[in-house]
Amino acid sequence: MFEKYDVIVVGAGHAGCEAAAAAANLGSKTLLITMNMATIAQMSCNPAMGGIAKGQIVREIDALGGYSGVVSDKSAIQFKMLNKSKGPAMWSPRTQNDRMLFAAEWRNMLEQTKNLDFWQDMVSSLIIENGKLCGVRTSMGIEFRCKAVVLTNGTFLNGVIHIGEKNFGGGRSAEKASTGITEQLVQLGFESGRMKTGTPPRLDGRSLDYSKMTEQPGDENPSKFSFSEGTSPFITQNGQEPKKQISCHLTYTNEEVHDLLRTGFDKSPMFSGRIQGIGPRYCPSIEDKIDRFADKERHQLFVEPEGWNTVEVYINGFSTSLPEDVQYKALKKVTGFENVKMFRPGYAIEYDYFPPQQLHLTLETKLVENLYFAGQINGTTGYEEAACQGMMAGINAHRKINEQTAFILKRSEAYIGVLIDDLVTKGTDEPYRMFTSRAEYRILLRQDNADMRLTPLAYELGLVDKEHLDKVSDKYEKAQQVINYFKKESVSPDVINPVLENIGSNPIDQKVKLFGIMARPGINFPDLYKGIPDLKEYMDITFNNNQEISEQAEILMKYEGYIEKEQEMANKLNRLEDTILHDDFNFGVLKSLSIEARQKLTKIKPRTLGQASRISGVSPSDISVLMIHLGR
Amino acid sequence: MTYNPDDTIIALSTPPGSGAIAVLRLSGSKAFEFTNKVFRSASDKDFSFFKSHTLHFGNIYEGDELLDEVVISLFKNPNSFTGEDVVEISCHGSAYIQQRLFQLFIKLGARVANPGEYTMRAFMNGRMDLSQAEAVADLVASSSEASHRIALQQMRGGFSSEIKELREQLIHFASMIELELDFSEEDVQFANREELKTLVTNLIAHITHLASSFALGNVIKNGIPVAIAGEPNAGKSTLLNVLLNEERAIVSDIPGTTRDTIEDEITLDGIRFRFIDTAGIRETTDKIESLGIGRTYEKINASSVVILLFDATLSDAVKLEAAIKGVKEKTGENTKVVVVANKSDLGNEADLRDIFSTVEDLIFISAKQKINIDGLKSKLLQLANADLLNSGQTIVTNARHFEALNNANVALKNVYTGLEKKIPGDLLAVEIRRALYHLSEILGQVTSEDLLGSIFSRFCIGK
Repeated sequence: MFEKYDVIVVGAGHAGCEAAAAAANLGSKTLLITMNMATIAQMSCNPAMGGIAKGQIVREIDALGGYSGVVSDKSAIQFKMLNKSKGPAMWSPRTQNDRMLFAAEWRNMLEQTKNLDFWQDMVSSLIIENGKLCGVRTSMGIEFRCKAVVLTNGTFLNGVIHIGEKNFGGGRSAEKASTGITEQLVQLGFESGRMKTGTPPRLDGRSLDYSKMTEQPGDENPSKFSFSEGTSPFITQNGQEPKKQISCHLTYTNEEVHDLLRTGFDKSPMFSGRIQGIGPRYCPSIEDKIDRFADKERHQLFVEPEGWNTVEVYINGFSTSLPEDVQYKALKKVTGFENVKMFRPGYAIEYDYFPPQQLHLTLETKLVENLYFAGQINGTTGYEEAACQGMMAGINAHRKINEQTAFILKRSEAYIGVLIDDLVTKGTDEPYRMFTSRAEYRILLRQDNADMRLTPLAYELGLVDKEHLDKVSDKYEKAQQVINYFKKESVSPDVINPVLENIGSNPIDQKVKLFGIMARPGINFPDLYKGIPDLKEYMDITFNNNQEISEQAEILMKYEGYIEKEQEMANKLNRLEDTILHDDFNFGVLKSLSIEARQKLTKIKPRTLGQASRISGVSPSDISVLMIHLGR
Repeated sequence: MTYNPDDTIIALSTPPGSGAIAVLRLSGSKAFEFTNKVFRSASDKDFSFFKSHTLHFGNIYEGDELLDEVVISLFKNPNSFTGEDVVEISCHGSAYIQQRLFQLFIKLGARVANPGEYTMRAFMNGRMDLSQAEAVADLVASSSEASHRIALQQMRGGFSSEIKELREQLIHFASMIELELDFSEEDVQFANREELKTLVTNLIAHITHLASSFALGNVIKNGIPVAIAGEPNAGKSTLLNVLLNEERAIVSDIPGTTRDTIEDEITLDGIRFRFIDTAGIRETTDKIESLGIGRTYEKINASSVVILLFDATLSDAVKLEAAIKGVKEKTGENTKVVVVANKSDLGNEADLRDIFSTVEDLIFISAKQKINIDGLKSKLLQLANADLLNSGQTIVTNARHFEALNNANVALKNVYTGLEKKIPGDLLAVEIRRALYHLSEILGQVTSEDLLGSIFSRFCIGK
């Protein structure tokens, strides 16, 4: 009854939505199947996108032509560039979002995407005929035929929700779990595991006393995620009045709260051993924090609004699976929460995942051709981590069925490259979250240059148009023009010394190039404009005072030395990354490799020598052996 | 060099030439098979019954011809130096027998080993890491007790463990910085910059110390160059001969006989000295001689120690001090100058001492009569830092390690400057990671997991 599709995406969370968008935009006839059309792109946990390392990923997705950046901008209620006081590699965009608007914007964008169909149903199994993936079967008994499948099941595979001693099947609060797929995959030879994550209670904002908390407002001059224009409600567009941002609030737990929480420990599924899955170390539940760091007198809690038009708030930092009455009693003792009303308790959820070493770098499974995994099914956590995997899986599924080469990003090209390489090469035994420290080339992988790094690749893929690409090239050419101007023009002591004194920088005693001044810490364009009207005029006339151009030029000038050093390091190590190990490379016969290395290499099948070098259990000696073997 | 374990290699393990015994070593998967074909044990047992690490007395035959009576030692894989099956054959030391046995095994299918191939195989079989393999090469080449000791220490991993410890400290440091970078939104304490400065200062001092031992390590490996300088006919060649105990340089009464520099080595207390006799230094119009003098200055410049020798009977304090000044002008600041008064036998020593009383640390000898040569030798040992060498401290002998240490130090110094200038943590991290990278070049790798693991084990983080 239904036509045949090129790509079917199972699940419509962050991963599924990006996967469907990418495949459809590339021209694949795509079907997105979700258990509930009303919860497309649901933010299951906190109502925020981005943050440190994650914000960089959203920028990368946007630069590659994905939707997450645009959706996050459009549904933002607050924007913050985190870490602005640190170097540019740490600047990390983050939005607080209207949870419902976020989902609505996603659905809207997907509905406007060509080649994309929807179906509400639960996929219960894959159709595999003669060892070949041919489609999916749903709980309604419908068979959809296709060439490739992307599974993005999130926390739904055999999901179990725990609140105190109660537990019940579910993929998310008030939503059914999905069954059948894990069992089939295990039968096919996949290895599966259990992970857990948790979420805090949602409260009635009207019951809180904000005067006792610290306000956390958005940026005065908010930026945005997307490199496209007109996405942010906080930036003037066509003379329209920008919206006013909503603040978050900060408060703290205290000893009394901790004591009350402890009374529920014996009923906690975490401590009783009822939960066996491994939770994220960096996103511990409040009971975990109290237990492991007993000497800490208080923990911070962020009260995050859920949207423009709702009183519901999210309590970031209070993730818990203790009984709801214990949660409630403890919350009442938090400063500002004395009269708290709870909408719903926090809970922990356990779900199936498939250790990601079973994947190729394209996110295709090694066992079943044309089957792709993306998101939490691969053991990751976080919207951004999921979204970028979905996008990469969608792109690669499309390319594979069209017999095009794999699209793989290097660690020196994108956080997305770091993430997938880490997953596939090292696997993960706890929910994997991105950190900037996971990237060895942090200074190269900045949020400001994601477009320069990736938009040319997106253009080659066919995900962005020529006009878009030209805009990016234009930006960097102009930034270079500014830099040339700074290298050419000098400034005399009498002009610049007052400016330097003002910011506590040492005065100069003879003419120096503007470039030398910009290289100093603490100096920026507005400072220079004050002392050098000519510069202001030049920037105004030549570049229409475009902030993006001056910001880019400033970063490239100020951090030139560091950028060069990292580039040099990346080039050095890229020699290993460029040494390809072919699929049929037989590690088993190389007796000179350690036994562990032989086993791991055979299992993971690294694509390059660089990837091989990152496998745990493969020593530098083993890499030398491979190099000698390859005749290097 | 590629590695094929089925390729069984053979080499002579003792120096070439005749000796009391010689040792041939076979390594590879067919070492036992080949030996079994030609060896008949005195106990008449079959080879397959022999245990690893045992000795067997017997005869080696080529066909029916008895070649030699030998003792074989066998080592089964992986418990051998190379990690392969190894047989060592101790035979009689005549060059003829060695040749016959050698050819016999080649005929059976063994191949002559390439230089360093045993060590390469040991490395390929995971018997040692790269720095240990390098140390083996040094060990084999070591010609003095001190260099032997250092190579041995490195092979056992002494150097590696010291670098490992420095790396640990640096990882700790890096994790403090990474913590405040990745978790700045959370309730964590910022890394105390003053503590970090102290840590970096300590690391720099330690690495500098290790790196500076390279100069020492290098002279131990290559010998300490000692130049003997002085006016023509001060007795330089005679002294050299006395030190070397042989007629090495041409000795004559005609000033300027030594036209070129002559080198030779002696080992004192386990430390190797490379003596360089030089042409005498004086004004001359003789072309060849002035060429020699030019070369003398070059040699003086390259030496760690210069012995300034003079004829005590033909000099005075003023002349001597001028000569000392002259030599010091030609030497680098690390070169030590030992002033030696020769021909003390030709005058009254008390009178001579009186004449040169203003010159410090003067050593009186008679090269010809071999008087107080031991005094000179102990002075040389003192200058060679013999104490330091014998203290068992880690000494860097490998140029690759030296370079990595220096690179790590450059990066650490940038970290220090960065801390002074209060630059942001992500920029500090660039240099810290460079330093870690260079230390890891010596050892292996650092992964971001190391950093994260270090963070998670110590701090409460997570909203």
